[in-house]
Amino acid sequence: MGKIKSALLNNKIAQAGLLAVFVLVTAAAVYLMDKSVVAFLLLLGSLLLLYYTTFSNTVKWIVAGVLLIAVIPFATSGGPSYDAYMEVATQCGIYIAMALGLNIVVGFAGLLDMGFVAFFAVGAYTYGIFATGQANNFISGELFPLSGGTFWIFILIGGFMAGLFGILLGLPVLRVKGDYLAIVTLGFGEIIRIIFNNLEKPVNITNGAMGLSSIQPPNLFGFQFTFPHQFYFIVLAILGIVIFAVRRLEHSRLGRSWKAVRENEIAAQSMGIPLIRTKLTAFAIGASFSGMMGVVFAAKQTFIDPTSFTLVESTTILVMVVLGGMGSVPGVILGASLVTILHLQVLTEFTNWLNQLSMQGVINVPTALSPAKMQRLIFGLILILVAIFRPNGLISAKNRKVSLDRAHEQHSASSNAASLNK
Amino acid sequence: MKGKGLAALVLVLGLVAGCGNNGGSSSGPSSSSSSGGASDSASSSGKVIKIATQSPLSGGSSIQGEAIKLGAQLSMEDHREEFSKLGYSLELVPYDDQGDPKKGVANAEQIGADQAIAGVIGHLNSGVSIPSSVVYEKYNIPMISPASTATEFTDRKLKVANRVVARDDFQGPAGAEYAVKTLGAKNIFVIQDKTAYGQGLAEAFRDAAQKAGATIAGYEGITVGEKDFNGVLNIVQSKKPDFIFFGGMYAEAGLIVKQARDKGITAPFMGGDALDSSGMVEIAADDVVGTLYSSVAVDITKSDSGKAWADKYNQKYGKNPEGYSGYAYDSMSVMLAAIKKSIEDNGGKLPARDKIRDAVRATKDFEGVATKVTFDEIGDNSYAKVFIYKFESASYPGNMISEVSQ
Amino acid sequence: MISSILQTLPQVLIDGLALGAIYAVVALGYTMVYGILELINFAHGEIFMTGAFVGTSVLLLFQSFGWLGGMPAWISYLLIILIAMMFTGALGVGIERVAYRPLRKAPKLISLISAFGVSFVLQDVVRFIAELKTGNYIVSSHSLFNQRITLGTSSLGSIFGDATIKSNTIIILIVALLLMVGLDLFVNRTRWGVAMRAVAQDRETASLMSINVNKVIVLTFFIGSALGGATGVLFAQQYGTIDPYIGFILGMKAFTAAVLGGIGNIRGAIFGGFVIGILEMFASSNLGILTSGNFGAEYKDVFAFMILIIVLIFKPEGLFGKAVKEKV
Repeated sequence: MGKIKSALLNNKIAQAGLLAVFVLVTAAAVYLMDKSVVAFLLLLGSLLLLYYTTFSNTVKWIVAGVLLIAVIPFATSGGPSYDAYMEVATQCGIYIAMALGLNIVVGFAGLLDMGFVAFFAVGAYTYGIFATGQANNFISGELFPLSGGTFWIFILIGGFMAGLFGILLGLPVLRVKGDYLAIVTLGFGEIIRIIFNNLEKPVNITNGAMGLSSIQPPNLFGFQFTFPHQFYFIVLAILGIVIFAVRRLEHSRLGRSWKAVRENEIAAQSMGIPLIRTKLTAFAIGASFSGMMGVVFAAKQTFIDPTSFTLVESTTILVMVVLGGMGSVPGVILGASLVTILHLQVLTEFTNWLNQLSMQGVINVPTALSPAKMQRLIFGLILILVAIFRPNGLISAKNRKVSLDRAHEQHSASSNAASLNK
Repeated sequence: MKGKGLAALVLVLGLVAGCGNNGGSSSGPSSSSSSGGASDSASSSGKVIKIATQSPLSGGSSIQGEAIKLGAQLSMEDHREEFSKLGYSLELVPYDDQGDPKKGVANAEQIGADQAIAGVIGHLNSGVSIPSSVVYEKYNIPMISPASTATEFTDRKLKVANRVVARDDFQGPAGAEYAVKTLGAKNIFVIQDKTAYGQGLAEAFRDAAQKAGATIAGYEGITVGEKDFNGVLNIVQSKKPDFIFFGGMYAEAGLIVKQARDKGITAPFMGGDALDSSGMVEIAADDVVGTLYSSVAVDITKSDSGKAWADKYNQKYGKNPEGYSGYAYDSMSVMLAAIKKSIEDNGGKLPARDKIRDAVRATKDFEGVATKVTFDEIGDNSYAKVFIYKFESASYPGNMISEVSQ
Repeated sequence: MISSILQTLPQVLIDGLALGAIYAVVALGYTMVYGILELINFAHGEIFMTGAFVGTSVLLLFQSFGWLGGMPAWISYLLIILIAMMFTGALGVGIERVAYRPLRKAPKLISLISAFGVSFVLQDVVRFIAELKTGNYIVSSHSLFNQRITLGTSSLGSIFGDATIKSNTIIILIVALLLMVGLDLFVNRTRWGVAMRAVAQDRETASLMSINVNKVIVLTFFIGSALGGATGVLFAQQYGTIDPYIGFILGMKAFTAAVLGGIGNIRGAIFGGFVIGILEMFASSNLGILTSGNFGAEYKDVFAFMILIIVLIFKPEGLFGKAVKEKV
């Protein structure tokens, strides 16, 4: 086994052959079978396989691009389940972008943000309010809804608005540290949701709990985007930009400052890193990724209401980052994909299967134990187990080892701050 | 090396998860190859018509969601024979929307992808029905909701969206009319739970009550999931209303009634169709006596045929039907009647989805167990009625004391 | 406007005291654990919730055995509280052992994530059990004490209205007071209390002074969680209806109370609990009146979280805490 491994590692041609065969077989399986979730998952798994090959980065990027743009859409288009597959892929993409955003805040800068979905909501509402008649309530002139052609500009506006809110939330960060920050952001997330849920008076801005419906779908030179397989390409394009930006940021001066702040704030400050600005940019950039995807989400759903932006949603994104590996870009992508597929495909299909079985009288599963309801339990267990056994996640960040040791020192140095006297 | 091992592990995990899952999909789509499920007739005909239900099978309204699934299932059982004569076997595919719009839309995409699914019965919550119907519209899958009452649901004039129950702008005013005209309420306090359902109903009630000549003493919101409503009730107490209306679910309604009586507030209490649940009595116990609720669902046991139906339901599932069970039964019956008609019109073959969609919309004077059904041009039921119930004792259901038609 | 606020003031104060007593005792759990481990025990709200469920199921069990008629109500009440305390105390110790102890040396971020995970797992496990047993995760039970007493507060002056108080509210106040005084005495007067304070001040030095640090931590978790469980029972008795999700937001507010009073400070937490309880009740009763209907009671949670954020920004050491400089 070990021999095969090392032989494979040294032989690029063998790797390429293996990968090609794997992709061909799984793609053919997806194309020919009516609906096979296993084949689809394996086809997506080829991307993971690609990650572990020893090709140069450029080659990897090109192959991944071909797989995502051509092979996967083509393979899935064979059967009637085209849009069901694409819906999963699209949602995956949306969550990956959000998880990458949160990764900047939690993974790079070490600031635990538990209200991250608030920025997603800001993005979604930014587009939702102006792409429906809603904005007529506070802007006179019956200008709205704006046409679907403005969607493309709104991706930027949504990102910008979310970034603005990120800075707003970031301001308390100047004073609050560590675990207090987690609580503050959690509270902030709830505040945003409650406000969106109630802002139909005195001026009707968000239409409150009734939500915004009939949001204009995107429109490019008269071409309307309505089906998941069309949104897939929008999401893919944004995701490409996000991943590119994150990779560039990670190794930039700013990225190194984030990591320095994460490791030791006081040391970083004494090295001349502007603490406030560094933290605020982390919040703003992370939030803006989420905001952009919020715009896409609103356009795809054509309906948004505050129930889509609850605390559970924030936790889901956190689970993705923690599971994949805080601070590790490929890890976070893997984590986000795994969690989304688990939630959307595996649990749902498994529940349907159990339902079917119990209707046929084969087994009797009480509805209380239906796997689709176990989301919280599964997420909770992932958080605990990862924290205890694999704190660096599935794919750990490369320069993590140093940081852990330092974190230990710092921890033991300051582990005696508060006291229990009166 | 560690990385390699991990990759292998992940793949294996994926496989394992996928396997169970593949088994799952085998019962869904593989019906094209006759699964063991529809044992009786599937083998003989091989052609399967699937109808999906979408309702919350988990979460706070799972009691009603389950009732919708069971009601639809019962109707399907009753029509199985009919369809096997035509050479088709029927299969029910229950989906759990968890009362969550996102989940509902994702499920809807899966339903749309499954070519064997001819129609959808659902959803319970208007907030889920509205976005999901957009997806069904793309795939031309007709849906009949046995419970969604928001006006927006049919007002968008979708070709697929139908419902057999009354609209909020009929239910709210019907309740208001009863409160003001029959009970003589003059000073009404309105509380709502800040959800799409509660707010829609409360606003419709408030506007109609004002029009009928009552004054609104106050209009306040609460938070779903809270247990302490003393804050809002303190306002109620200071305003001294002679009637309280609540738009929201039974879990909060029960607590509000109980805490109001604890405070010595004795004004009559009224709510919408969400109070039509045994949970109301469990929570409020003796304080529930005297509470009124409007409902879009008839007390099915009032008529002889309805009583027989309820007995059958009870015998089959071991529990009494909830308010929506009968409507889910009727929705499924309407759906199946339309499918049958379009098969007959198409020379014995199952036609494309848009033909079924139009056949559903064309339903006229269909006699169901709970209601008569005629869909108007936007999919509302012209025969939908609103009923007023009252808890005369601490037991569910309340007594039907009035009936309002359009 | 002022007159209608004054009119309801006596009732608002009474309701606020009942709510505040619950916040205060739950806040004690946060404050104790934080004092010792510098860890926000996110799962504490869920321990409170579990206590409520354990208490209710014991009550239902008693009922099914027909024991309730046989003994005075206060004895069954006491029994239920004790059983729930034992259960949640043990649960707290278990959680510490499984989810926190392996991470004691890890970065704070990691233990916080683990705590968050525990809270989710507890919610779902309780939901499973409740749903399996009763078919619905919202569980109701009857109150052992539900007499209503009217206080003639209007005799204090015609601007005030009368207030009603449930007998259970009085019990809440009494039990909460007993628990708080008991804890205060324990921490300040007993050997274990001294050990606890020593560990909180400096864990390493305390261990050099032959204090078994692990034992102290376990004891802290046991007491904190038992207090949370007892409050859960009080809560279930007061409101009669519970579900698995009551703990989270309530926990957040109790945590706010702990922060307000200065985290790590027991008397501060009690004070903070009452302040938050009364403020929240006041906000939900009067926000609509104060803003002439533009912002109603639905904003009361925003109000609570705003207090938290403002305190953390401007006075992170709380009203009674000492400012601590970070050591490098």
